[in-house]
Amino acid sequence: MSFLQLRDLHVVYKQFHGREAHVLKGINLSIAQGETLGLVGESGSGKTTIGKTILGQTLATRGQILFDGEDITHASHHRRRELGRDIQVVFQDPYGSLNPARTIGQTLAEPLLAVPNLSRADVQTRIRDILHKVGMPEDTAARYPGQFSGGQRQRIAIARAVIGEPKLVVCDEPVSALDLSVQAQVLNLLNQLQREMGLSLLFISHDLAVVRHVSRRTAVLYRGEIVEEGLAVDIHDNPQHPYTQALIAASPIPDPVAQRARREQMRRERAATN
Amino acid sequence: MSDILLDIAPSAPVAEPSSFGKRLLRKPLALISMLWLGAVVIGASFASKLAPYDPLDQDLLGVKQYPSAAHWLGTDALGSDIFSRLLYGAWPTITGVAQAVIVAGVLGIGLGVTSGYFGGRFDRWTSQVVDLVLSLPTIVVLLSVLAVFHHDVLAAMVTVGLIGSAGMIRVVRSVTMGVRGELYIEAARISGLTDTSIMIRHVLPRILGPVLVQLSLFAAVTVLIETGISFLGLGVPPPDPSWGGMIADAAVNINDFPWLLVPSGGAAALTILAFGLLGDSARDAAAEGWARPSVAPRRAAAPLATTMPLDFDVAALLSLRGLTLTATGAPRPIVNNFSLDLKPGETLGIVGESGSGKTMTILSLIGLLPRGMHVEVGVMRLAGEIIDLRDESALREQRGHTIGMIFQEPMSALDPCFTVEHHIAEVLHRFEKLSRSQAHARVIELLAQVKIPHPEDVAKKYPHQISGGMAQRVAIARALAPKPKVLLADEPTTALDVTVQSEILELLRSLSLSRGMAVILVTHDWGVVADICDRAAVLYRGDLLECADVVELFHDPKHPYTQALLKSNPHSAPVGAPLPTIQETLARMSGGAA
Repeated sequence: MSFLQLRDLHVVYKQFHGREAHVLKGINLSIAQGETLGLVGESGSGKTTIGKTILGQTLATRGQILFDGEDITHASHHRRRELGRDIQVVFQDPYGSLNPARTIGQTLAEPLLAVPNLSRADVQTRIRDILHKVGMPEDTAARYPGQFSGGQRQRIAIARAVIGEPKLVVCDEPVSALDLSVQAQVLNLLNQLQREMGLSLLFISHDLAVVRHVSRRTAVLYRGEIVEEGLAVDIHDNPQHPYTQALIAASPIPDPVAQRARREQMRRERAATN
Repeated sequence: MSDILLDIAPSAPVAEPSSFGKRLLRKPLALISMLWLGAVVIGASFASKLAPYDPLDQDLLGVKQYPSAAHWLGTDALGSDIFSRLLYGAWPTITGVAQAVIVAGVLGIGLGVTSGYFGGRFDRWTSQVVDLVLSLPTIVVLLSVLAVFHHDVLAAMVTVGLIGSAGMIRVVRSVTMGVRGELYIEAARISGLTDTSIMIRHVLPRILGPVLVQLSLFAAVTVLIETGISFLGLGVPPPDPSWGGMIADAAVNINDFPWLLVPSGGAAALTILAFGLLGDSARDAAAEGWARPSVAPRRAAAPLATTMPLDFDVAALLSLRGLTLTATGAPRPIVNNFSLDLKPGETLGIVGESGSGKTMTILSLIGLLPRGMHVEVGVMRLAGEIIDLRDESALREQRGHTIGMIFQEPMSALDPCFTVEHHIAEVLHRFEKLSRSQAHARVIELLAQVKIPHPEDVAKKYPHQISGGMAQRVAIARALAPKPKVLLADEPTTALDVTVQSEILELLRSLSLSRGMAVILVTHDWGVVADICDRAAVLYRGDLLECADVVELFHDPKHPYTQALLKSNPHSAPVGAPLPTIQETLARMSGGAA
């Protein structure tokens, strides 16, 4: 049962001199409850725009967004605020996404403001629990973002996203600003939270290897259109569309012998086409 | 081994957070300013109890006396006690400042934040009114207000507040607009916070610094205006005491009794100064709560001396020995005893995570270390010449000429004001004497070498007209212009899409092989290392863990950290299972070894 559905979604940005940029050209996607959908594409493919339309940051020009059966494409201001409890976000930049002038505790309490009948003590308990869950020390709540590293901040940003027990979290390149050693921890954390809380995740990334690791199903986006959709493993190991093939051929694998063989083949192919 | 385990554990934050008030009190200037302002307020409020004399008492037998035990600050031209008059006279000043600051603060913050946050029509209207108010001559408006409301200081100060709020609105609006686009505002909106709530929770704390400075500077100006009004006799009517009125008295008697100016003028000046200093300290204290400490200034360079054992590899194009970099205030070196040898045509990868010192290492080779960072030890032999890395002038000579460099962000490495051709020709002219047409021909040749299609067209373009991949090619062409023997590349493809990355790496590799140019490639991406590097050095917190042929390094890494890092890569991990993190891998290894 798909619980988020995008139907024929179009986004057109108006530019100067009456020109228009067609960013999304009829996107059809669906995410089931408790499922992670990977969304792969390069810069300018429109992958971030998809996330923004779901979050209500960008308005769709045409098409529909169905959330739990409800059409939220043109949700009112008021309804959007309520939806904040169900749909959350983790951004790429862990430095910009936390207000440096507010303590972690204050930031984490925000999604709970919308929850009725929650006492101060309840909020503190929830904050303690969620910090524990994302593996941060207890005294984190009293500190400021400036005292944490990028990986720790991303854990905090994830904690903010899930503290209100949302149903869907849009993760926009959540690990591409992180070091490899930290990236593994954050990916594991997302996977674990998803299982424990039954979250649905939309995992946006440019890195097929990362997406293959977190999501069962993947869609490949190219210039505002979905060119391939299917099981992440299939797409990674046996891509059908020429663009997906080019994407996978271009991303280097961390094995010098295999990578050199690929490089040689690429050179031969290039020489043959010239 | 255990040392590394400890290092990798999430670092405990150092400073305990303290309240704004405590931080402010820790600043001596703030403390002194607050003591003075406090004394003025208390003195004014309890003047009737503290003053030794009635301020209106006259003693015509004891006029113009210098300070004495009976009259601490002397007496004025009518024989009144100056100290008592000063205490009573502070009251109109204090209340006047408070009235004006409250009006300006409420209006300025309220309208500034709302118009900056919402923008649109409301913002345009506010801005137009602000422009109008700012064009009014304050003094003329003030005089007309006082002409209508005789000796009404309240009316005058509210007017001052209204006029002053225009400047406040401008400042608050512009800082709010800077904060409005931040990601955390977006996150709060998505969380369902109302606009009012976002303004109070997120915008206000961020703009507190500039607002406090603006308010305290405004308070200082208001002291000046209030005393000015009384000086002109338009405010507090004489003989009632006021600082302005006392200064006016002093001005009349300036020739035969100059002392008269000292208590009244001094009190006003000190109050103005105190407001200014308090504002500065308050801004610093507000920022200290969340800001990182600023970088300390560069230390004086140590005297040049070569005490290193010079065991250079003479076959190498570049041979570096014992490079140690330190940062002011850092407990451990940023890079510790780093050595490397580079053969012509060889590509060496320096791999490491953020903070490992990999970028600093190559920046030190061309003398481009940022402020606060310096070479402790380090000698290199470059194309037969021995250079002490502490000698910045020697490095400057090599920079660009023998060693070229490209950066991560190709767009910010190019000046948006100049064409592609200008960027490259500029470098050519620096090293060679060329005519215009010769330079043009060389530019086109270089652009063709970096495989740019239609080089004649691209040469005429500006940086914003070309793509990121193209910009990186232009940056490479510029670095190649003086025919360097070594090319340093700092994460040259990190900002690019993988398909573009593949092409740029191919280009770097072929240029290196065809020209016999050595390349040092700094990266965090093991795929990039596997792709084009011959050898790779693994750097961890400034220590060189190992340096080996890439095939050997990937298939048989010697150091546990390298092994752990390679394992945590999602490329090689089985799908579905959790990724092995560095901590786990290292813990398991150390457990097995013990």
